[in-house]
Amino acid sequence: MSEAQRKDTPEQAEFRKYCQDWLAENHPGRPPVKLPQGALELSDPDALEWLQKWQKSAYDAGLIGCDYPVEMGGGGKENCQAIANAEMQKAKTPYLPNIIGMGMAAPTIFFHAQEEVKAELLPKLLSGEHIWCQGFSEPGAGSDLANAQTFAERDGDNWIINGHKVWTSLAHFAEWMILLARTSKDDKYNGLSYFVVPIRENLDKGVTVRPLIKMTGETGFNEVLFDNVVLNDRYRLDDVGAGWKVAMTTLAHERGAGPIVTPASGGMSLEEDESAQTNSVYALIDLAKQQARNGKTAADDPLIRDELMKMMIRSESFKQNQRRASVPTLVDHPMRIPLQFKLVATELAQDLQQIAYEIEGAASSLYANDDNAPAAGRWPLAYMNSFGVTIAAGANEVQRNILGERVLGMPKSK
Amino acid sequence: MSEQPKNFGFGEDETMLRDSAQKFFADNCSPDKIHGQVAHDSNIHRDIECIWDKNLWQQIVELGWTAVCVPEEAGGIGMPLVAAVAIAEEAGKAAFPSPLISTYCATFVLNACGTDAAKAALGDIAGGTATTLAITNEKGSWESSDTDVTVEGGKLTGTAYFVQDAKKADRFIVSAKGAKGVGLYQVEASAENLNIIADGIIDLTRDQAHIEFSGTECVEVAAEGAGDAAIDAAMPSMLTIVSADIVGAGEWLLQTTTEYAKTRIQFDRPLGFFQAVKHPLVNVMLDIDRTKSLVYNAACSIDCGEDNTELNARMAKAQASEMAVFSSSRAVQFHGGIGFTWECYVHIFFKRQMHNHVLYGDAKYHRAKLADMVMGKAA
Ligand SMILES: Cc1cc2nc3c(=O)[nH]c(=O)nc-3n(C[C@H](O)[C@H](O)[C@H](O)COP(=O)(O)OP(=O)(O)OC[C@H]3O[C@@H](n4cnc5c(N)ncnc54)[C@H](O)[C@@H]3O)c2cc1C
Ligand SMILES: Cc1cc2nc3c(=O)[nH]c(=O)nc-3n(C[C@H](O)[C@H](O)[C@H](O)COP(=O)(O)OP(=O)(O)OC[C@H]3O[C@@H](n4cnc5c(N)ncnc54)[C@H](O)[C@@H]3O)c2cc1C
Repeated sequence: MSEAQRKDTPEQAEFRKYCQDWLAENHPGRPPVKLPQGALELSDPDALEWLQKWQKSAYDAGLIGCDYPVEMGGGGKENCQAIANAEMQKAKTPYLPNIIGMGMAAPTIFFHAQEEVKAELLPKLLSGEHIWCQGFSEPGAGSDLANAQTFAERDGDNWIINGHKVWTSLAHFAEWMILLARTSKDDKYNGLSYFVVPIRENLDKGVTVRPLIKMTGETGFNEVLFDNVVLNDRYRLDDVGAGWKVAMTTLAHERGAGPIVTPASGGMSLEEDESAQTNSVYALIDLAKQQARNGKTAADDPLIRDELMKMMIRSESFKQNQRRASVPTLVDHPMRIPLQFKLVATELAQDLQQIAYEIEGAASSLYANDDNAPAAGRWPLAYMNSFGVTIAAGANEVQRNILGERVLGMPKSK
Repeated sequence: MSEQPKNFGFGEDETMLRDSAQKFFADNCSPDKIHGQVAHDSNIHRDIECIWDKNLWQQIVELGWTAVCVPEEAGGIGMPLVAAVAIAEEAGKAAFPSPLISTYCATFVLNACGTDAAKAALGDIAGGTATTLAITNEKGSWESSDTDVTVEGGKLTGTAYFVQDAKKADRFIVSAKGAKGVGLYQVEASAENLNIIADGIIDLTRDQAHIEFSGTECVEVAAEGAGDAAIDAAMPSMLTIVSADIVGAGEWLLQTTTEYAKTRIQFDRPLGFFQAVKHPLVNVMLDIDRTKSLVYNAACSIDCGEDNTELNARMAKAQASEMAVFSSSRAVQFHGGIGFTWECYVHIFFKRQMHNHVLYGDAKYHRAKLADMVMGKAA
């Protein structure tokens, strides 16, 4: 069943129609440059520029940020972002480049920044003109994020920042960073404060961004070093010492469990070949029909068929879970499904992509740099990249702790 | 075809029905009571018994539960399938011994017959006639055209197997082959030339039998050649309702085992502290939620008259069967030695889940069917 078949309010129905009409006219077409599978692996400035142009046009048309207030650069609507997202997905649009900005920074700024700061930062964030990154993780603070040691010291109206962030996705393109820093060494959790930092304008004033290379050979995340970087106090979010609380807003949205719907487009296959669409079980079925196995095709093999049907069922259940989560009388704990989102979505993709190895057989050995690779080598690449997301945003083992503790009420494992 | 509502069709009436079912089972079917009733004899060679509280059946008939899926014109309430799903989920959570689920399955088949005789039978169900399907052959085939019973001159001959809740039922709906194909026939449990032979089964909350027909008088509810189509049409609803029972039983197993993991201390800590316990229990929860959403979706698509109901229902039952096994196995394991005993309530639900797991086809069976539907038959 498609999103559109569910009941919209009259305003929502009108907006949906508007989105459909706009997308029919303004789909950006196929990219002129090769795109990585997700925004977190963007390294080519031309690819970024093309995607930013797409985000800006969708923003100008009102498909992005529609639920944010007008004075913050939003569309001032209610419950419309999910509709725009669904229609963009259906229209098979490219993904948006400013995903950390929209998915994490925007809701955090919305809930915790001063009004002028919201009006200053959100318009260019939503339009994609300013790329954002997230400075949370450090060499000694990964899963145990509250152990962050990057230090901000008060200096009149300013803060002086020193420290070392790592795995910072998109920092190489980012104007701004959301930063979790220590303002007191006396208390692990209450010693943290939360800032937004214009890192690009500080590149020659104490900020250093160094790219790190992923196991795939791609780049996309970085180390970011702070050496006596000066930041005005207006860019502090919420109280001094309230950083952990603010970070929870970020993390809830990062894991798809926050109250604000993140603008998201997607659905476009990165290759002409639809079977290179590595998040769809139906693309995997197409792939199976093309690959030989045991004298027939992989799609004729009973064990492969069984695996494919398992994935189809999991994909559908994921969709139906999201639907049920929005009906309060059908869930016995309000966070039970939202807190599953990140875990279930990333493992679903990972398992889907792993099965592609068996379906491709010998040809799964061919990488993205080989013209003979099935589906342009996208499936094995996606499989490797899938570990980025089963680890990032709180490793899935940590997600299981959270579900076991917060939803089922079992004692903390730490 | 109407649009699928976002809330799966759980309106005020359906929610009220669910809440009243919750209250009914809380008042009448504590695990303690059920265990005392159905597990009074642990002897592995015990006499085969059919244990249930007929009084409670009378009460749920008065509450209108058997009328829920009977159309108004046949004397029922004609509520959507999600209403029955809500009740079945609570029944599963209570491991309720009754012919309710089997009567729902018979209701779905009779709804698909479209004959006056079927309509009369539906009216009787609304009034409390416990009715069950006798549509399975000796090999346990779930295919609608497979039956070992034949019909000739209005009389049935042969044996139907794996008949659910047979000793509780007042009436059977029997599939039988005639000259022109499979038809469906109504037979009273009290009929002559009928032998109901109870099976010794594992699930303590059900009974099952094979039924010998030897020239048994019957009433036709679907003509020869129309019976298998009626079963096929009802199958999505049957799969959905059994899956709803699995959801409820799964939730009981999860909550009970979680509670145990919070209170049982070993190594100076509650068991749930250990991730080897905590994480699988979270996985059980994920599995239950997947199932529940697929079941609601299947029910809703049936209520909306969509054309992909078979697909949705087979997905639901495939997922439900997996979860039935997983939820029950983890519950026994994490209860340790006590979970392995007769005295612990867990085995009641374990056994209901394992029965549910295979009833109308297990996960692999439905995935094979789904693959044929979605991918075409294999070469
Ligand atoms: C592709 C990618 C992009 C990223 N982008 C960003 C970014 O933009 N900004 C940012 O701040 N960070 C980013 N991160 C960092 C990410 O948040 C951390 O990698 C993550 O929190 C895990 O921390 P760690 O790598 O230090 O692993 P560790 O904390 O050392 O954990 C290693 C492994 O141990 C297990 N584990 C850890 N703790 C527990 C526990 N309590 N119970 C059970 N198992 C446990 C998990 O399997 C985990 O994967 C990114 C990471 C990746 C991979
Ligand atoms: C058939 C049978 C025969 C037996 N025979 C004998 C016998 O002859 N003599 C005798 O002395 N004992 C016997 N036992 C007892 C047996 O050794 C215990 O049942 C077993 O040690 C588990 O202890 P428990 O039952 O108290 O479970 P608990 O210790 O309460 O544990 C319950 C469950 O929690 C999990 N768990 C517990 N601790 C941890 C942990 N640290 N990390 C992760 N998970 C954990 C496990 O899944 C475990 O099953 C028998 C048990 C059975 C089932």
